[in-house]
Amino acid sequence: MPDHDRDHAPAVETRALRRTFAAPRNRPGAAVEALAGVDVRIERGEIFGLLGPNGAGKTTFIKILTTLLFPTSGEGRVAGHDVVRAAGEVRRRISLISGGESSGYGSLMVRECLWMYSQFYGIPAAIAWPRVDELLAVVGMTEQAHTRINRLSTGQRQRMNFARGFVSDPEVLFMDEPTLGMDVNAARALRGYVARWVRAKAGRTVLLTTHYMAEADELCDRLAIIDRGRVLACDSPAALRRQVQGGQHVELEVSVREGDGTGLPSLDGITAAWGAPHPERGTRTLKFRLPPECPLVDVLRQLEAQGVRVQGVATREASLEDVFIAVVGRGLEDTEVVK
Amino acid sequence: MSPARADGRPGDLALNLRATWGRMYVRVVGSAREPTWIMSDAVFPALSMASFVLLYRALGAPRSFESLAVLGGIMATYWINVLWGMGAQLYWEKQSGQLQLYFIAPCSRMSILTGMALGGIFMTTTRAIFSIAVGFGLLGVRVAPFALAPLLLVFVVTMTALYGLGMTLASLFLLYGREAWHVCNALQEPVFFLSGLYFPLRALGALGAVAAGIVPLGLGVDAMRQVILGPAARGWLPVRVEVAILAVLAVVFLILARASLRYLEALSKREGRLTQRWQ
Repeated sequence: MPDHDRDHAPAVETRALRRTFAAPRNRPGAAVEALAGVDVRIERGEIFGLLGPNGAGKTTFIKILTTLLFPTSGEGRVAGHDVVRAAGEVRRRISLISGGESSGYGSLMVRECLWMYSQFYGIPAAIAWPRVDELLAVVGMTEQAHTRINRLSTGQRQRMNFARGFVSDPEVLFMDEPTLGMDVNAARALRGYVARWVRAKAGRTVLLTTHYMAEADELCDRLAIIDRGRVLACDSPAALRRQVQGGQHVELEVSVREGDGTGLPSLDGITAAWGAPHPERGTRTLKFRLPPECPLVDVLRQLEAQGVRVQGVATREASLEDVFIAVVGRGLEDTEVVK
Repeated sequence: MSPARADGRPGDLALNLRATWGRMYVRVVGSAREPTWIMSDAVFPALSMASFVLLYRALGAPRSFESLAVLGGIMATYWINVLWGMGAQLYWEKQSGQLQLYFIAPCSRMSILTGMALGGIFMTTTRAIFSIAVGFGLLGVRVAPFALAPLLLVFVVTMTALYGLGMTLASLFLLYGREAWHVCNALQEPVFFLSGLYFPLRALGALGAVAAGIVPLGLGVDAMRQVILGPAARGWLPVRVEVAILAVLAVVFLILARASLRYLEALSKREGRLTQRWQ
């Protein structure tokens, strides 16, 4: 691709991207198809989210785009460069933040450690040090700048690694569950920074994987819902929510007998999914969209007939979780579907 | 430094030199921040050296044998660093999650390994100074004046070959060394023996000396002893020959290290496991 075309190429583009993992020799079995032909186009300047449950293929997708993994077939491009044939050019333009990461060397101070990472991208010292100080302020670690890494708490270490992702000022930033395990306030502050960072300079792009619905909703311009290696829906959060508007979104708090977590009743014409359990009350939340033609009382009767006691009823606006349930057929935290 | 590229990013030379310095910095700084090294890396290795010096003295061996042992003790610390600080390093980097950050960085992987090696040499030299102080200061071992330049030349060639071997081991350990700890242990003492650290290399006999020639440590020690002690070193081969072999080994190991890293990276991308921790 000529340089001029690359300047106008999308930030990320994949065509029929496929990745299969062979079964390990010591555990023979079927090969695992992590990506089953993914086509995605992410424009420059976008914050794009990949939403999916564990094992959906999100991390595999990111690993291929960050040149850590070969695709089995198909094509992936970052800033117009092929991730297999021009991996070096891709690497000059990207950075990766993984949630729960604990990289860095214990004998270094926080400030030194971030500087060290900047050197792997060849950033001159005159640019690197001020940028490091700025990022430490962003993640609220100015006071820890001269603290050795092996004396940081887990949360501080996560924030330092978050700062590491920005130290090379990448064109395309990949974030794989970046706020995993972070406290709510820190995660919110860092989401705010990501949004400001993208808007601050034309062409900066973020590809974010998460299974936090609120994070995806708050941050992303567009979202792809991915499950079992396939993109099932792709649009803006608002447009996705519109797809499931109509009818009521209902949450029932139902009593669950001990050891009877899977014996839920079937509900005619309704796709439902488990929500949060409430062990202190011995209940769980059952979520579903109630079609306009189906009265709630009928559902309650069906549940009653199957021995399920309903202790509370709530209705609310459509959320991304409803979209996810409608598209994937189960909740993000669930492995089971009630139909 | 090479000029920046048209897109404003640093050129390859600047990128890789900075990456080397960045990785080297960890060891340069780390060596000063962990005072426990004084015991583990300086005092304990110096004890082995001191035992041999005292043994030779008690037996009434020629005084040159004491110098042989001191030089061997100094070089032993470099081998320990090559094994534990180079060979096993990528394995530890993988377990800590650091390896994938190296693999997505645009710098050459060799620049990272070079940084590790230069940092390791710096760090180990600070330990070696302690051994020199013990050997020549505390134990009173004496050597006649010698030419410094040839010694430095032999030292540099030996270090290049030795750390080139370390770079190769780094990749091999990552590929095959799930139990890197045990592999390091298994290589440490036999190499000490085969390198003739505390006795003249020729004492191993022709076959042993040839075996020792595969590991640069033995040849390097033998050549340095000859530069310092002359004929009293009871050298195996002439210094020039040993330096030539070391130079060839340095080139071979550096090429091997580069090739094995490339193979490792390709394998990692194909199988998707080498950047995964605990696999």
